[in-house]
Amino acid sequence: MTLLVIIAIVTLASALAAATLGNLMHAALNLVLSFLGVAAFYFFLDAEFVGLVQVLIYVGAVAVLIVFTILLTRRDEEKKNGLPWGGVLVAFVVFGGLIWAIVKTPINSIPTPHLATLPVHRIGQILMTDYVWPLQAVGVLLTAALVGALILVMEEKP
Amino acid sequence: MPVVSFFLIISATLFCIGLMATLTRRHAIFILIGIELMLAAANLNFIVFWRYDSQPHDHPAGILITLFAIAIAAAETAVGLALVIAVYRHYRTTQVNSLDQLKG
Repeated sequence: MTLLVIIAIVTLASALAAATLGNLMHAALNLVLSFLGVAAFYFFLDAEFVGLVQVLIYVGAVAVLIVFTILLTRRDEEKKNGLPWGGVLVAFVVFGGLIWAIVKTPINSIPTPHLATLPVHRIGQILMTDYVWPLQAVGVLLTAALVGALILVMEEKP
Repeated sequence: MPVVSFFLIISATLFCIGLMATLTRRHAIFILIGIELMLAAANLNFIVFWRYDSQPHDHPAGILITLFAIAIAAAETAVGLALVIAVYRHYRTTQVNSLDQLKG
């Protein structure tokens, strides 16, 4: 429990740093730390495979993408022109609403079911049987998105 | 294991931090960072509700929907960052509030 609280504090603090820091590179590295914290939560919740996927995709691929984009657009730092208080207010109102809903809902009586580890081959079997069409659709979506991204950044002929 | 609310409050806080980043920052990459934080919070919620289901192994829909959401988020990030680079090439800026050519 203590460990979980420490992970929660690290995750939320680095997420807050990623959201508020002025330096883009520092923000990106804090985002990576925050993703690692979320992956630790997945491990705590017995979803080891999702935790590993999170580390591979977010800490690996997405972080590298963000860092490369920062390096390619470096000269353009954010101008400081006052904190837009409207956005902060909206975020706090949403936060209050969510916390109110969570506290008011009587879900804490749910017991934690005892759980053996979900084997990865079971996930694979389900992906290849019940979820085969969503899997194919995600494959097509990823191909289309990556081709689209390549076309977007392709050098234009003068 | 702590109660469900513990994880739900963490994920709500993460979501609101992401929402704040998306709404208050002017730099396009910060907005993408905020979107990523919100997606991570949603995925955490899926996993929490899957874990506290009475029969999590019969049909691990929470696991699978999280995997699909991660794949779609990766595609979204790739396209978003490609857009940032393309826009930067054209306008030499990544501040979203200076992209106002379509404004009447």
